[in-house]
Amino acid sequence: MSDLRDWTIASAADALTKGETSSVELTDAFIEAIEANRSLNAFITETPELARHRAAESDARRASGDAKGPMDGVPIAMKDLFCTEGVRTTAASHILDNFVPTYESTVSGKLRDAGAVMLGKTNLDEFAMGSANITSYFGSVKNPWTPEGANADLVPGGSSGGSVAAVAGGLAIAATGTDTGGSIRQPASFTGLVGMKPTYGRCSRWGTIAFASSLDQAGPLTRTVEDAAIMLQAMAGHDPKDSTSLPIDLPDFRSACTTDVKGLRVGIPDEYTLDSMPAEIQKLWDQGAQWFKGMGAEVKPVTLPHTKYALPAYYIVAPAEASSNLSRYDGVRYGLRVPGDSLDEMYELTRGEGFGEEVQRRVLIGAYVLSAGYYDAYYVKAQKVRTLIAQDFKKAFADVDVILTPTAPSAAFAKGEKMDDPIAMYLNDVFTVPASLAGLPAISVPGGLDANGLPLGLQLITRVCQEETLFRAASALEAAANFTARPGDAS
Amino acid sequence: MTYLIQGETGDWEVVVGLEVHAQAITNSKLFSGAPTTFGAEPNQNVALVDAAMPGMLPVINEIAIEQAVRTGLGLRAVINRTSVFERKNYFYADLPQGYQISQFLHPIVGEGTVTVDLADGTSRDIGVERLHLEQDAGKSMHDQDPTRTMIDLNRAGVVLMEIVSKPDIRTPEEAGAYVKKMRAIIRYLGTCDGNMEEGSMRADVNVSVRPVGETELRTRVEVKNVNSVRFVMQAIEIEAARQVDVWEEGGEVVQETRLFDAHKGETRPMRTKEFAHDYRYFPDPDLLPIRLEEDFIEKIRASLPELPDDKKARFISELGLSAYDAGVLVADRDTAAYFEEAAKGHDAKQVANWLTTNLFGALNKLDLEIGASPISATHLGELVGLIEDDTISSRIAKDVFEEMLATSKSPEAIVEDKGLKQITDTRAIEAIVDQVIADSPDQVADVQGGNEKGIGWFVGQVMKASQGKANPGQVNGLLRKKLLG
Repeated sequence: MSDLRDWTIASAADALTKGETSSVELTDAFIEAIEANRSLNAFITETPELARHRAAESDARRASGDAKGPMDGVPIAMKDLFCTEGVRTTAASHILDNFVPTYESTVSGKLRDAGAVMLGKTNLDEFAMGSANITSYFGSVKNPWTPEGANADLVPGGSSGGSVAAVAGGLAIAATGTDTGGSIRQPASFTGLVGMKPTYGRCSRWGTIAFASSLDQAGPLTRTVEDAAIMLQAMAGHDPKDSTSLPIDLPDFRSACTTDVKGLRVGIPDEYTLDSMPAEIQKLWDQGAQWFKGMGAEVKPVTLPHTKYALPAYYIVAPAEASSNLSRYDGVRYGLRVPGDSLDEMYELTRGEGFGEEVQRRVLIGAYVLSAGYYDAYYVKAQKVRTLIAQDFKKAFADVDVILTPTAPSAAFAKGEKMDDPIAMYLNDVFTVPASLAGLPAISVPGGLDANGLPLGLQLITRVCQEETLFRAASALEAAANFTARPGDAS
Repeated sequence: MTYLIQGETGDWEVVVGLEVHAQAITNSKLFSGAPTTFGAEPNQNVALVDAAMPGMLPVINEIAIEQAVRTGLGLRAVINRTSVFERKNYFYADLPQGYQISQFLHPIVGEGTVTVDLADGTSRDIGVERLHLEQDAGKSMHDQDPTRTMIDLNRAGVVLMEIVSKPDIRTPEEAGAYVKKMRAIIRYLGTCDGNMEEGSMRADVNVSVRPVGETELRTRVEVKNVNSVRFVMQAIEIEAARQVDVWEEGGEVVQETRLFDAHKGETRPMRTKEFAHDYRYFPDPDLLPIRLEEDFIEKIRASLPELPDDKKARFISELGLSAYDAGVLVADRDTAAYFEEAAKGHDAKQVANWLTTNLFGALNKLDLEIGASPISATHLGELVGLIEDDTISSRIAKDVFEEMLATSKSPEAIVEDKGLKQITDTRAIEAIVDQVIADSPDQVADVQGGNEKGIGWFVGQVMKASQGKANPGQVNGLLRKKLLG
């Protein structure tokens, strides 16, 4: 295939099975594309040698009849938040810029065991904190999409910005992401991809560098819903090394990807209409509802009354956990150390130099909301809000099977916008954060283009552990939207 | 027993609460599979999670939960069906995560009771406030390098049980008795080795004073890391006296953490930096709350050994020991086990006597623990048996005991080898008695002249002549018959 963006996991698996291509051939093509598109800054670390090695192993397996499954031999990109044995893992932070783990995260290990070929480690917002991939120590990522008739560089969304740039730009067939408040779904929306955040606990967090432990979930970034199902199957599953991992067997996600939504009840939450939201997003959302109706689903309004408290609650809980999770980066055992005259001075210099501005801001916010005298007013109250939000969803799901919303309140914006206003930046997550707080599975599916020719995503949310319902509804939405647009400027 | 400090302004009462940190006996750490063996090379017992490597997650060690519940049951305490691990956040070089995983608002064990035995024979109940599980930190070594501090993470993540008493303690003696009793209980339970020298058990002492009659508690001071029973008692005496001085001089005791210096006999404040923290506790999102099933608790309850208080009561009621002897014997699990083994089928009171006077004395001299006693429990019981069935006299038994101590041989073998069997043949004894009487006309006259006590001298002579083997009872009888008619 001449355009690498035509490849999906399913089509690659098919071609490999039929012997139309080899993993080495595919891998080489993607390595070339990566080298030709370094201007996207999608990768922090490229691993071409390792990729060729694993591709050759895959081909050897296939030749001897031991091919493993649909991921075997498929070149993918790995968000640089997953620890990879022998491969530098940075979390896009200066404080870890020379850290080479001796261990492999459960998620990347499962993909490796499934035969997937890792092309490299993708860029992200530092410690996954951001919505535009502009906080990386290794520089910002460029969105392969550009607005029609303009020359501005757009952000790819975040924090999984490198992963989406790689897939949308044709530098990988699929990529891993992590989602704490929308870090898979929002960048998927910004780049015309499918981004799936499973139920909290589906994917093990072992070996994934922590941002906010009670929210962090790994998930796939793919071109199609079916690919998301195939890849999640390989990533998920119970892991005794993570106490919060769900101790239940996985259903077969791929077979859930039918488009039959007859009788499916689709909820439209009143509270997700924002005054500031562009009309075309509202239009796409309405269109989405129409598509479902047209396919025989029942569309009805639902209410999620505590939605407006989700974002403030999230920006208390997530920084609180982050402030504690990031305490281990102290210059004592690994990573950056800036010597000082005393232990305290070493901490100050190391962390002052090692962490970027946004990370420092969140560590400070987190330490503040946990401190004596403020804990009850902030952290405890935020946890109560979290419970109320989960109850909102529970009540809504008594009436509907899935909830349909826009993924983000805007299309991809230009680098430089919202930079000096953290609150405006935080608003990017307004539609994705509630499902994160409630631990629910959610998926962003490309719905259409805005007036500037930029992709917009629609989000589907469902009950805990009902990923199959989500894949079914998303497949139907994908079929109805028939999104085929491609970014114009990437090769 | 009251303990009052006489100040210039009147008498002061001491109020003490203790926090005992006991290292739970487990093969691996609280949240990792790393071993907990004492004395390993630095940084050998360290798993990835203990070093807080990026992305590593804690997984609770079920044995630690079991040990905490077992200890809670032994303290007659409430076992909380739900408990929560929280993070205690602070920076220190030997605390890899930047937080200690501990329990704060919801400990695994709630209120309980420890009965302490005091020297005057009385007992008092001291309340236990709670027991919670937490990780130990690593060790900073400042003496390995001229400019740098070395870190050993072998202890990082080791299972600690922190047992907090209520402020029920009023005297240094009670505090000492509390620590001893706590140590006895956890040793009986097998949940901690109670070794204060190796640091597997240590205490923080909270001390305040108030004028007798005052009901409010005054400001308390925490004296950290006191590592022996004697030091606990000394630290209280010294710190309480210091506080009385402060109050009486018109000053105010400030809430602070102090260190006890046994050499100088003083407590002194720790540098404020070492403790002035806002720990920012919050539930650890990496761990689920612990929920205990009734079954799990009952299984542990059913497997509890007999504890010191119950054992003491049984020794008194069933074996007829004095409260004092029973108390001494149950204070240590190994001693109690030794005693019970030795007393099997023998006169318990006699066994207790031999144990507490002869064996304790001998072991003390040899600086040995009861577990290393050259005389086995069975042999000590046999020795008492030989006295009981008149095979040897108590006097000969002492010689046999010395021989047992030196050779670890059985008393029967020693008696056999050395021909120490008691002479109970009346005719043989009579022959010796007659000989002694014949040899001592003056003494015979003395006794027959009315000095009955003089018979004792004759007994001694007969015993000597028989090399101690004559049965003293028979000797006595025969002499009385022959001399006094």
